[in-house]
Amino acid sequence: MTSFPVRLALLGVGLAAATTLVGCGGSASSATPPPATAAVAQTAALTVTDAWVKAADGGMTAVYGTLTATSAPVTVASASSSVSGRTELHEVVESGGAMVMRQKEGGFVVQPGSPHTLAPGGDHIMLMDLTAPVRAGDQVEVTLTLGDGSTVAFTALAKEVSAGEEKYEDGEMSGHESGSHG
Amino acid sequence: MTPGGPPLKRRALLVGGAAVLAGGGAALGAGLAARDDPVAAAPASFGAETVPFHGDHQPGIETHPVQAHAAFVALDLRPGSGTADVRRLLRLLTDDAERLMAGRVPLGAADPELPARPARLTVTVGFGPGLFDAIGRPDQCPPIIRQLPEFRTDRLDPRWCGGDLLLQVCSDDAVPLSYALRRLVRDARSVTTVRWTQRGFNPARGAEPEGTTPRNLMGQRDGSANPVPGTPEFEQAVWVREGPDWLVGGSMLVLRRIRMELETWDDFGRAGKEMVVARTLDTGAPVTGGLETDDVDPRMVDGRGIPIAAARSHVLQATARTEGEKMFRRGYSFDDGPTTDGLPDAGLLFAAYQADIATAFVPVQTRLAESDLLNEWITHIGSATFAVPRGARPGEFIGQGLLGT
Repeated sequence: MTSFPVRLALLGVGLAAATTLVGCGGSASSATPPPATAAVAQTAALTVTDAWVKAADGGMTAVYGTLTATSAPVTVASASSSVSGRTELHEVVESGGAMVMRQKEGGFVVQPGSPHTLAPGGDHIMLMDLTAPVRAGDQVEVTLTLGDGSTVAFTALAKEVSAGEEKYEDGEMSGHESGSHG
Repeated sequence: MTPGGPPLKRRALLVGGAAVLAGGGAALGAGLAARDDPVAAAPASFGAETVPFHGDHQPGIETHPVQAHAAFVALDLRPGSGTADVRRLLRLLTDDAERLMAGRVPLGAADPELPARPARLTVTVGFGPGLFDAIGRPDQCPPIIRQLPEFRTDRLDPRWCGGDLLLQVCSDDAVPLSYALRRLVRDARSVTTVRWTQRGFNPARGAEPEGTTPRNLMGQRDGSANPVPGTPEFEQAVWVREGPDWLVGGSMLVLRRIRMELETWDDFGRAGKEMVVARTLDTGAPVTGGLETDDVDPRMVDGRGIPIAAARSHVLQATARTEGEKMFRRGYSFDDGPTTDGLPDAGLLFAAYQADIATAFVPVQTRLAESDLLNEWITHIGSATFAVPRGARPGEFIGQGLLGT
């Protein structure tokens, strides 16, 4: 098998793309307009599709989508975004009869052939200390840092939904229980 | 699947009584076969058929044959909305439309069964004058979109008029259409309010051979003289060729709500009905002879030298007299009756796409308002005009050239 060198080469492409993004300063008015529709980020190791973010006036919100590892297991170690002071990788677990969210130890591990879905009520990327309101139709730039230090950038479209309002484990809350409406 | 070529060829085969009869014979044959071998003869299901979202032109205009169901929804921007709000709105509508037309749920929705069989779902977006004003680009609004002339016979009810933004949603199945509409409007709600909603229908898909001109509620074949999608005549009549980039490849839509006085029409004699329109009720062929695809001959006279087609007949008045007068009618029947008194409340949602309303609909409707014999049974009670941007390319939102990124 020659998958190892091939993967390295592809990773190089991914890093180049990330560098370009940094070069644009993260501005929304870069020369290449961001995709109007749900952004699809492509790198060698990981793709992100159907990305969206829940609209919020302030405080915190979450990013959802589908992570697909293209050739080998990929670990998403951390994330950052254009609108959050702090960004965490979260899971939702049952605790004391309620669904609560907490940081996911070790990040998201994505296996090839088994897309990892980030969805209300499950794993998600938590945007905290929002620096600006996220209004429906806004585009939020998100960057994932993988276990090997490379990055994957994508754009999430903001949508207004009432799902995904689980309690925060340490007592903070992003809203009311969504109950069965999620 | 694109609903382009094959239906056109079939339509060409199916014009004329003999060919239609042959079509009926084929259907009968299929029915007989069904008794022998139900699996082999099961009719092909059209639920999975999709129309591409991206392209030079928006979907839902040249989508042919016209789908069986339509909803037209006019939205008004909330007071104070500006360019950034409209941009957010169009980004959401574009993303939703793209997914729904492909049979997928919008982002954030979790009910994949509802859109899974879109049955040629299309979403078409039009811009009314108020949108151009809200984004500070009033100069970009074609003047005729802002000010359609009043016609002598208009009896317009403000309830069915105007709108800052139009959503035209069509499908061969009312269920995915309903789902698409509710998701689109849900995403539009933070920036807009709903001004009016008009729902329409055509004969069910498969009720007649594909390509047959739909029948309206007066019983007429409606659209016999339409330019055929895919032909140079259609392209010429429908698409804007000069102007700002966002509009070139787009079109203009006139939507008129036309009430039909069906109570009196139903009691009017058959010969009279055909005389008023100058086409026969059964096949839609001219009263002067020929096939449905033929024009009415105004010079043909009977044995006493009297013209067979009345000069004031609907078709003779409505027929385009110049290239510029040509338009593509994509109409739907509406039926909101009966009233509490048991009377019909029905008619036609006259939806006509054209390169320039000023050269097409305006002169034709002016003529009809002056002299159409059919005016005794029809009344225009609603009117709205929209500039229809060109199609979105992958990565673009609809109207991006106007709004900017």
